[in-house]
Amino acid sequence: MTLASFPVLSVITWSPFVGALLIMFLARRSALLVRGLAVAATTLPLVLSIAIYVAYDREAAGFQFFEDVPLVPALGINYQLGVDGLSLLMVLLTSIIIFAGAFASWTVKVRSQEFYALLLILVTGVYGVFVSLDLFVLFLFYEIAVLPMYLLIGIWGSTGEVRPQGVFGWAFGRTGVGTKEYAAMKLTLYLLFGSAFILVGILALYVAGDSSSFSFLEMELTQFDPKLQSWVFLAFYVGFGILAGIWPLHTWSPDGHASAPTAVSMLHAGVLMKLGAYGVVRLGMGLLPDGTLQWSWLVGTIACINIVYGALSAMAQTDLKYVIAYSSVSHMGVVMLGAATLTEVGLNGSVYQMFAHGVMTGLFFALVGLVYEKAHSREIFKMGGFARSMPGIATAFTIAGLSSLGLPGTAGFVAEFLTFLGAWQSSHSWWLFPAVIGAYLTAIYVLRVTKQIFWGPPSPDPHFQHLPDARGPEWAALWILVAVIVLFGIWPALALAPVDTATMPLLNRLWVLQ
Amino acid sequence: MTLQAYLTLAAMLFCIGLFGVMTRRNTIGILLGIELMLNAVNINLVAFARYHGDVSGMVFTVFTICITVAEVALGLALVILIYRIRRTAVADHLDLLKG
Amino acid sequence: MAATGDYALWAWLAPGVSFLLLSLVVPLRRSGRPAAWLSIVFSAGALAGAVLAWRATVPDMARRILWEWIPVEDGVLTSVGVLADADSTLMLILVALVSFLVQVYSLGYLADEPPPSLGRYYAYQSLFAFSMMGLVLAPNFVQLFICWELVGLCSYLLIGYWYQRPEVARAAVKAFWVTKAGDVGFLIGIVMLWSRTGTFDFSELFEMAQGGSDALTGLGLVMAFIYLGAAGKSAQFPFHIWLPDAMEGPTPVSALIHAATMVTAGVYMLFRASFLFEQTPEVLHAVGWIGAFTALFAATMACVQADIKRVLAYSTVSQLGYMMAAIGAGFASAGFLHLLTHGVFKALLFLGAGAIIHAVGSNDIFAMGGLARRMPQTFVVFLIGTLSLTGIPFFAGFFSKEEILGATWAGGLTMPFAMLVLAAFLTAFYMFRVVFIAFFGAPVAAAAGAPAHGAHGAHDAAHAHDAPATMTVVLWVLGLLALAIGIGFARSYPESEFVAPGWITPLAIGVAVGGIALATAVYPLRWISPEWLARRLSVLGEAAHERFWLDDFFALVYRIGILGLSRIVGWIDRYIVDGILNVLSAWTLTAGDRLRRIQSGQAQDYIYGVALGVLLLMVWMRWPR
Repeated sequence: MTLASFPVLSVITWSPFVGALLIMFLARRSALLVRGLAVAATTLPLVLSIAIYVAYDREAAGFQFFEDVPLVPALGINYQLGVDGLSLLMVLLTSIIIFAGAFASWTVKVRSQEFYALLLILVTGVYGVFVSLDLFVLFLFYEIAVLPMYLLIGIWGSTGEVRPQGVFGWAFGRTGVGTKEYAAMKLTLYLLFGSAFILVGILALYVAGDSSSFSFLEMELTQFDPKLQSWVFLAFYVGFGILAGIWPLHTWSPDGHASAPTAVSMLHAGVLMKLGAYGVVRLGMGLLPDGTLQWSWLVGTIACINIVYGALSAMAQTDLKYVIAYSSVSHMGVVMLGAATLTEVGLNGSVYQMFAHGVMTGLFFALVGLVYEKAHSREIFKMGGFARSMPGIATAFTIAGLSSLGLPGTAGFVAEFLTFLGAWQSSHSWWLFPAVIGAYLTAIYVLRVTKQIFWGPPSPDPHFQHLPDARGPEWAALWILVAVIVLFGIWPALALAPVDTATMPLLNRLWVLQ
Repeated sequence: MTLQAYLTLAAMLFCIGLFGVMTRRNTIGILLGIELMLNAVNINLVAFARYHGDVSGMVFTVFTICITVAEVALGLALVILIYRIRRTAVADHLDLLKG
Repeated sequence: MAATGDYALWAWLAPGVSFLLLSLVVPLRRSGRPAAWLSIVFSAGALAGAVLAWRATVPDMARRILWEWIPVEDGVLTSVGVLADADSTLMLILVALVSFLVQVYSLGYLADEPPPSLGRYYAYQSLFAFSMMGLVLAPNFVQLFICWELVGLCSYLLIGYWYQRPEVARAAVKAFWVTKAGDVGFLIGIVMLWSRTGTFDFSELFEMAQGGSDALTGLGLVMAFIYLGAAGKSAQFPFHIWLPDAMEGPTPVSALIHAATMVTAGVYMLFRASFLFEQTPEVLHAVGWIGAFTALFAATMACVQADIKRVLAYSTVSQLGYMMAAIGAGFASAGFLHLLTHGVFKALLFLGAGAIIHAVGSNDIFAMGGLARRMPQTFVVFLIGTLSLTGIPFFAGFFSKEEILGATWAGGLTMPFAMLVLAAFLTAFYMFRVVFIAFFGAPVAAAAGAPAHGAHGAHDAAHAHDAPATMTVVLWVLGLLALAIGIGFARSYPESEFVAPGWITPLAIGVAVGGIALATAVYPLRWISPEWLARRLSVLGEAAHERFWLDDFFALVYRIGILGLSRIVGWIDRYIVDGILNVLSAWTLTAGDRLRRIQSGQAQDYIYGVALGVLLLMVWMRWPR
């Protein structure tokens, strides 16, 4: 039985869900069984996603590993799955991150059964979005990916303290800013608000296509009216953009990521934000070429704002998790910028950054989780000299930081370099400058934090003496992610070869109209 | 007497009854108000029956009176039970469904 | 042709293998000395490969593409490869030689370090050697940039070797940030160049330049941006501020990275890309002026330093300015020649200084004295280095320095020429100032109870002795090499590209001797007292002492400008952008609270509502009619 005849994508998508069911029904008593099942449920998709990555036929390109099961024929809803170069890389990213995330959550003590179950259900949703070729099913999976967030953050998250300031300060006490319930509610409501826009867009396209089908492939062939494309693209941009963290609709992200438990942050910043960018590229750019051409200036300009604003905000934070959360906002700006350039190098850079940043931020959050566990603090300026006692964590953190600032040898460099080339080639060449300045600002705050926490004089605080390094299963998460960052930094063709087969057809359709 | 006179009388009775329902503190007073409203309806029905020469209006009236009687019996029984439990028959004090 | 490429490739990969082994095989790295020996052996192999590569070069460029690195639809965007011609292999030898010598020297200098730290040090050294060679052999701008950044990373890691001290951590970060600022410009320049020409490859660009391609017109802005990278890396004004602080790193690191190799990468890059810069004479003009100014500017600051490493650091900045001035005048090979000679004698000076520091336990020249008698070998080699730097005939630096002066004059940069001449005077002065204070006079005994440097060895100048063999042998190798180069050039005078007037050579020698004379008059002979001199030049001296307030200025820009701005943006995001969201949320909650009051629980209120509703319905239904 070859890979093509076996419903690989369904197995990849649903095995975490099956794992969740098994955990809920079978693993009531044993914490080890819970973790074992979770690791199994994430290893299987990892192995399969690597297999399809290798088996993908780059000559033939297009969507492969196709599956089609009619769901509601009268309305044109089919369970259609398929991957092309772009979604292939995203599926790989998801499987790597959740595999590491399963290990990073090893020490969840309270109700680990429900935690892992919810996490796995969430992952099913994520996989589903990347592999769906039917817009209705895509939306369904999207909701599955968003809703468990509320419980995960609201129950297993962490609460901080925020003192109200400014003209809007009176609202802070009222809404409970700083608590995990606040972060959970804000994140979930904001993302659902975005999904309303997406739903409107999807339905608009469905109706415009004579209400025949939700199928992506058929819509790709349809020529939509340019005026329709214009506002539907905006709807998709706002809806998916909220998930991607575009300015000024990004504020759910810092609180959400900071309050969330480790694996949830890894998954959310690492993968879910890429879902947003993926949606803009796949649905926005893929289906609405006229709309894209009309609005690319907006996408790019806001992306530039993201990059610089996110970097400056990250610099100002004193809580380590907030630094990384804002760093994600900044790097997602690079993703959106690459897409907005409408050039081959730019779009390839954007996709590469989706992958590189996903891995890098997953690593960052895993490390922050470890530091928090060992030092019981996230206050950057109270820590110091940790490299002595935890050299492994220090090294991994430094590598993650170097990828963040785009040092060659890490995946982050390839992504940013391609994006910069694309920015200058685009019709708005000035985009290059904020992008490069953002990379420089990133270097400043990343090194500042790294120096303060790890590579500097030891902290005088008695709590921070004799801290342990990572142990046992904690290493697994770290080394996998580090290895991926370095591998894709040294060998860009590994990712670019399949991705290019997906981005070129998309761009060709756009260029024809220019 | 013209039809309008009867209808006016019925309307006035209805409004007096509605006013009573809305403003009386005592639950039995509210029930009295409801009675008034129902009787106002009866007057209306009879007046129209007489005006159109149609008996079915009177039939309706008999129906209404029966249902009124049943409802009053039930209502008074409820009031007595509430009084036994809550020691009060004042409507303002019965706000368990407050949101 | 193939042979050169092969040898160069092996030379390049050897330290890479060493780095891989040291970084992945943790027990090996933690063992300390075995790790060091591994690195040294591979480094020796690299040196052998470099020499063989140089000997095997043919006049044509020997270009080998190894890996099509970034594929795009119609081919490849950029590749990884080796461009091993006569110039690059010569530079390769310099890198491999100094790297090897420094690694051997470090065995002695860092003998007291705990084994895991030593292993870490050698891992970084291997990575540096690998990156630097990759830079030297780069066939295109992308590989150059990649290795450029990696070299910057190694600099950061090695400066920050003793990271537990706050000033060390600060210096490492400062070096990274200042050079990265230049790198930002470099990257912009590369992007623009690619956009204009469609290629990153040196060979292709060279052909375009030869053929007079249209794509290479109007490149002024592009080359200016590319120059920025070199300015940052090679510490040109005002990017020079990182180099003196980088002296916080171990002295062998200073010798290797901040004297001979990494800082010269900027000069090397301009030299490699000189065929492009020839298209933009206005940029070259600026390069020349900035270079000359840097040379003079740094020389003035070197005159007032008390820390021996800082004197050498400012001296390096000054000499880099010389190299840039020559390139700016249009004669890049003169600059490249000085790069090579300077690499040798500056490394020698730094390593000599390291021997002194190791023995005396302090960097302060005023804590030294009379070392000529107590450390004779060090004295001799240090003197060789000083004479080379000062530009005395028969020593390494003489010919290359004179070439630069001639080039600047021939290139028509008269004012820069004057600056360089004055800087040469000051160079002789400040170097001999150090020599006289440190090696002559009475040795300074340490105060009772002063902390010792290192478990073994002396604690002060009064009890100093020559360094252990691993260090002294290296010093002698470099010293003899400097002498050999000097004598070699004296015997067979290579052709210059330009015609220099005959009075330049006497002027150069005269100025150098004049500086030595002044130093002799001030320090050992006391004909002029240092205090009198300081008072005469008080304003300038004060400014030089404060490093012309540039470091403070940039620190201010950083703290108030960047950090201040970031705090504002962070505040706006949390309290305004998010604040608006919270206000909306608060309004919703409040609205909900108010609407709750409709549910009073009073039956009569509900009846009121019903009645009102019915009335409204009736009115609405009757309305149109």
